[in-house]
Amino acid sequence: MITIESGTKFFHKGSVNEVRALHDINLEIAEGEFVTVIGSNGAGKSTLLNGIAGSFFLDTGSISIGEHEVTRWPEYKRARLIARVFQDPLLGTCPSATIEQNLALAMRRGKRRGLRPGVRVRDRSYFRQELEKIGLGLESRLNDRVGLLSGGQRQALTMLMATLIKPEVLLLDEHIAALDPKTAVQILSLTNEIVAAQSLTALMITHNMRHAITFGNRLIMLHQGSIILDISGKQKKELGVEDLLDQFYRAQGEALATDSMLLT
Amino acid sequence: MTWYAVLGAVEQGLVYGIMAIGVYLTFRILDFPDLTVDGSLPLGAAISAVAITSGINPYLALLLAIGGGFAAGIVTAILNTKFKILHLLASILTMIALYSVNIRIMGGPNIALLGTPTVFDPVIALGIAPHYAGLLVFGAGALIVSAAIIWFLRTELGQAILATGDNPQMITALGVNTHFIIIIGVGLSNALVALSGALIAQNQGAADVGMGIGTIIAGLASVIVGETIFGTKSMARAIIAAVLGSVVYRLAIALALGLEFGRFSFNPSDLNLITALLVIGALIAPNLKRKMVAK
Ligand SMILES: Nc1ncnc2c1ncn2[C@@H]1O[C@H](COP(=O)(O)OP(=O)(O)OP(=O)(O)O)[C@@H](O)[C@H]1O
Ligand SMILES: [Mg+2]
Repeated sequence: MITIESGTKFFHKGSVNEVRALHDINLEIAEGEFVTVIGSNGAGKSTLLNGIAGSFFLDTGSISIGEHEVTRWPEYKRARLIARVFQDPLLGTCPSATIEQNLALAMRRGKRRGLRPGVRVRDRSYFRQELEKIGLGLESRLNDRVGLLSGGQRQALTMLMATLIKPEVLLLDEHIAALDPKTAVQILSLTNEIVAAQSLTALMITHNMRHAITFGNRLIMLHQGSIILDISGKQKKELGVEDLLDQFYRAQGEALATDSMLLT
Repeated sequence: MTWYAVLGAVEQGLVYGIMAIGVYLTFRILDFPDLTVDGSLPLGAAISAVAITSGINPYLALLLAIGGGFAAGIVTAILNTKFKILHLLASILTMIALYSVNIRIMGGPNIALLGTPTVFDPVIALGIAPHYAGLLVFGAGALIVSAAIIWFLRTELGQAILATGDNPQMITALGVNTHFIIIIGVGLSNALVALSGALIAQNQGAADVGMGIGTIIAGLASVIVGETIFGTKSMARAIIAAVLGSVVYRLAIALALGLEFGRFSFNPSDLNLITALLVIGALIAPNLKRKMVAK
């Protein structure tokens, strides 16, 4: 579903601040694979997802999604194939628009937007039905402005918006990191349900090793812009947090510095 | 203030209200401070005046003006989106350029419309007094434009425009080319401003290259006064508030010009100063209020 061939990305290339954020990435993700992505701060996880989504073009290498070679597609065009949820709950929704207006915007992801009514009456029952599934009581608040919702509610809405029409690829960048622990767990299980129900191809960045092991069917670890670990299937299921840390030391060949990889 | 002065102010308020809707679109919805309007208002006036004096139907002349304004807005938006020039600077560049363009269009700094047909003729032909005809046409114009923009902003495309101003990152992730949206939005805004200018020229019987000076400030004043008095609960309400704000603003100006303090009274040339003070007042009032309450 996703193929990246020798993908490289520099920031501030040629200056003293040059950062090699992605270094010769080769990655093949099959349809229906749910990949969790771990790695320390600055490892290049967000850069990988942003590169797939088209926030910038890779310096070298190519990206294909399905049968489309998207290397030179701008972000808005790739949105036909890709849905995203960001870490910041404020980024995924339009605060001054109502819940139904936000959902209607998401219904037309990657489609032509013309002079038909933004919110169509016949969509409302579908919106209610989908909102009921996330179990936050939002189905009775279709006309509330999204700015009134809590961060968790907004993130749940963003999850729903991302998958309202099935994307070829779903990208989640620490999408539960800004939520309180209880809400985080709720959104995570919602994510898992949706990904399973639609058999989505997804990448999820997390700093939580346990989540990285429990969720999804493949795990990759990034370090200094390279993929240093890639395990899937049974091997991944049998992995313990300890093993993962062990793998981390070994792959790097150095002691784990006190970075923010949380042991939970 | 005489009854005629009141009528005149309301009439002005309504026709400039169309311009205020345009300013609302850029300033509030797209978050794109656009000074092009100081040039696109006289552009509309110039195009419609030249069209009418060349024998074109005055209503058709309005359409031409709308097209001209749209093009001017597109220039500003392209300078900003494609060439990465800061929106404020991009709009000043277009505005300055339009000064020359407008003189070219008119073949001079102004053009008179004496005895030529105007959009008011059919109304006057119904037997309505000329000073009410203006009120009627402008009232109808402001109403039609408000309704059309409210309808438009509720369409799929309109919703994408609202979202672009609100959260560009999100709407890009939903597949919208925000550059295209900004081009449409700023174009539409200037189309309305040019329409307003075209109507004003036909009412005043002249187009003048200087008639656009202070348009942006008058537009901002209308939007802000409207928001303060009539509220912003919904998009529809905010748009109607901009038109009504424009009427209130023109009435306030007329009132101020009529004031006398002993030997001192305001001149029409003080208008920009009064407006600037009004806008400053409206902008800092919420802050002051908050500070007072905090104490
Ligand atoms: N827009 C940018 N401009 C300059 N440097 C950047 C930019 N985005 C990322 N970088 C740099 O690229 C490297 C990789 O950053 P990235 O955001 O991908 O890390 P990450 O793995 O997501 O880290 P975190 O866990 O902290 O989110 C870092 O060194 C970062 O400073
Ligand atoms: Mg990151």
